[in-house]
Amino acid sequence: MSRKRTYLKAAKNGMFITGTVLFLTVLLVAVFADRIAPHKYDEMNIEKAFIPPGRAYLFGTDEFGRCLFSRIIYGSRIALKIGLMVVAIQISVGVSVGLLAGYFGGKLDMILSFITDLTWAMPPVVLSLAIVTVLGPSLERVVVSTALVSWPGCARMVRSKTQSIKNMPFVEAARALGESDLSIIVRYILPNTLGIVIVLTTLQLPGAILSTTGLSFLGLGSQPPSPDWGLILSEGVNYVSKAPWISIFPGLALIYTAVGFNLMGEGLRDILDPRT
Amino acid sequence: MEALVELERVKKHFVIRDGILGRRRRFVHAVDDVSLSIVRGETFGIVGESGSGKTTIARIIPRLVNVTSGSVKFSGIDICRASGRELMLARRRMGIVFQDPASSLNPRVTVAASIQRPLQLAGLPAKEARDRVREVAELVNLGTEVLDKFPHELSGGQQQRASIARAIVLRPEFVILDEPTSALDVSVQAQVLNLLLDLQQRFSLTYLFISHNLPVVRYLCDRIAVMYLGKLVELASTGVLYREPLHPYSLALLMAAPPPDPKMRNRRRFILTGDPPSLTNPPQGCRLHPRCQFAVERCRVEEPELRDYGSGHLAACHRIGDLDLGFAM
Repeated sequence: MSRKRTYLKAAKNGMFITGTVLFLTVLLVAVFADRIAPHKYDEMNIEKAFIPPGRAYLFGTDEFGRCLFSRIIYGSRIALKIGLMVVAIQISVGVSVGLLAGYFGGKLDMILSFITDLTWAMPPVVLSLAIVTVLGPSLERVVVSTALVSWPGCARMVRSKTQSIKNMPFVEAARALGESDLSIIVRYILPNTLGIVIVLTTLQLPGAILSTTGLSFLGLGSQPPSPDWGLILSEGVNYVSKAPWISIFPGLALIYTAVGFNLMGEGLRDILDPRT
Repeated sequence: MEALVELERVKKHFVIRDGILGRRRRFVHAVDDVSLSIVRGETFGIVGESGSGKTTIARIIPRLVNVTSGSVKFSGIDICRASGRELMLARRRMGIVFQDPASSLNPRVTVAASIQRPLQLAGLPAKEARDRVREVAELVNLGTEVLDKFPHELSGGQQQRASIARAIVLRPEFVILDEPTSALDVSVQAQVLNLLLDLQQRFSLTYLFISHNLPVVRYLCDRIAVMYLGKLVELASTGVLYREPLHPYSLALLMAAPPPDPKMRNRRRFILTGDPPSLTNPPQGCRLHPRCQFAVERCRVEEPELRDYGSGHLAACHRIGDLDLGFAM
C-alpha cells in the first residue's frame, strides 16, 4: 500500500483538513486548559454575576459570577473524555460482536443477535439510574453505562456488512488459499467494514456527549461545580431570558467539537478507501 | 491415465428453512449423485444451465462447501475427511478462478499484495515472493505498473488475469475455472482463453472448466460433462459429444448455440421449452421429462441410469436405443 498516496489524498481532502483543524484546537485547548483559562473554573465572584460577554469576561459570567470562558475551556477536557471513552467501548464491543455474528452465523449469530437486541431495548437512563443508585453518582459511571448500551447499532451494521462480504469471491478465494478464519476476518472483512465504522463513530461521538449531558442534568453524572458543558447548559436554562449567553456558549462549543469530529471522520473514510 | 480428481456419488443438499420457527425444511439438491474423474493433464468441461450444480461441484473439490454424502479424492487425498493441515496442503496444489473478476480481488489491497498472499501463506520469504509475483505477472501479461494499482483501477480483463496469476502463483497441478470468461468482452475472452491454454502447456496443468458458453468449451476441453438439475446426464470426449450427442438435453444445449455459419441458420432445431423446474421439488423419473419432446411414460416414473455406450461415453436416458439424435447435427 502506497503510504505516500494516502498522505497526498489527506492533503487534498478539504473535509479532513477542516475537521482535523477543528478537532485539534479542541484537543490543544483541553491539554493547555490551565494556561489558557484566565480564571479557575470554580472561582466564584457573586458581585460579578450575570455580566454579559464583553472585554472583561469574554463569554460573560454565570449566576455565581464564574468566568464562563474559563469554564468552557476546562469543560473541553470532560467532553473529550466522555466522547473518547464511549466511542472506544462502543467500537470495540460493537465491531467484535458484529464480525463474529456475521462471519460465523448459526448458533453464535443467534446468541449474539439476541444479546444485541436485548441491549438495544435497554433504556440508557434506566441503566444509569440503576448503576448510580448502587454505586453513587459519578461521571465515569454514567459514561460507562451509556457506552454499554450504545454498541448495538454498530454491531448490527457491522454484522450485515460482514454477511454480505463473506460470500464475495475474494473471501472464497482466501479460504481456498488456506487463510484461517481469524486471518479472513482481520485481513479481508474488517478493512472492508472500516468505512461504515468510521462514519458511525463520528456520528455517535456528539450523541455520546449529549446523552451524558442529559444524565448530568438529572444529577446522575457530573456534579456542580464541574464545568461539564452539558451541566452548564442545563443550569443556564433557568436564566435563559435574563442571561442567554450561559446556555449559548456551551452549546456552541458542543457544535464546534461535533462538526470537527464529523468532518474528520468523513474525510478519513474517503482517504482510507482506495476507490476514491 | 491417472485420475487427479475423483468424485464418487457426490451429493450436496442445501437446507432451506421456512414456516414458523423454520420448522418446515426443504432441500435443494444442488448436486445429486454425481461421479466423475478428471485425468491428469486434461481439460475437463462441465456445462449446464444456471442451477444445474456446476458451480457447486467447483466449490466441493477444494471443500469450500462440505458434501452431504459421497467422496472427493484429489491425487489420492480424501478431501472430505482430510484434517485441517492435510486440507491446507491439498488446497495449495489447486488454484481457483471465479466468474466475477471485479469481486475476486480484495478491494482494499493492491494487485501485487493479492497475488503475493498465497506465497506468504506458504511461508516464502518476502523478497523471493516479490520476485515470484513479478515473474507470474509477466506470464499472464500484466504490466508491472498494474501491480501497484488497486483492483478497481483495472479493466475486467486485467482483473481476471490478476486472479489467474493468484491462482497459479503457487504452481498448482490443478486449476478450477468457474466461468472465467463469461463476464468479459468477447475480444478479451479470446485473450484470456489463449492465456489459459498457454499456461496449461507451460506448467502441464489440469483444468476443470465450468461454463455455459459452448463454443468456448469446445475450443478448450478434452472431455465434457453435461449437467441438468444436479444430475450428470452425459459425459463424452468433446469430439464425440459434438458429433453424436446421446442425450436430448445435450442436443438441446448444442442447438441453442448459434451456428458460426449464418447459412446454417435454417437447420432443424431442437429447443427445450419452458424453464428448468424448481430444485427443491425436482420432477419424478427423468428430470428432463416435462421439457423433453421424446418423453414416454417410462421417463415419467423411472429415473434413467448413467450407462456406458462405448469408450467412456456415458449418458442417462431411457430412449437412447430408439432415437437417432444425429439428425440435427
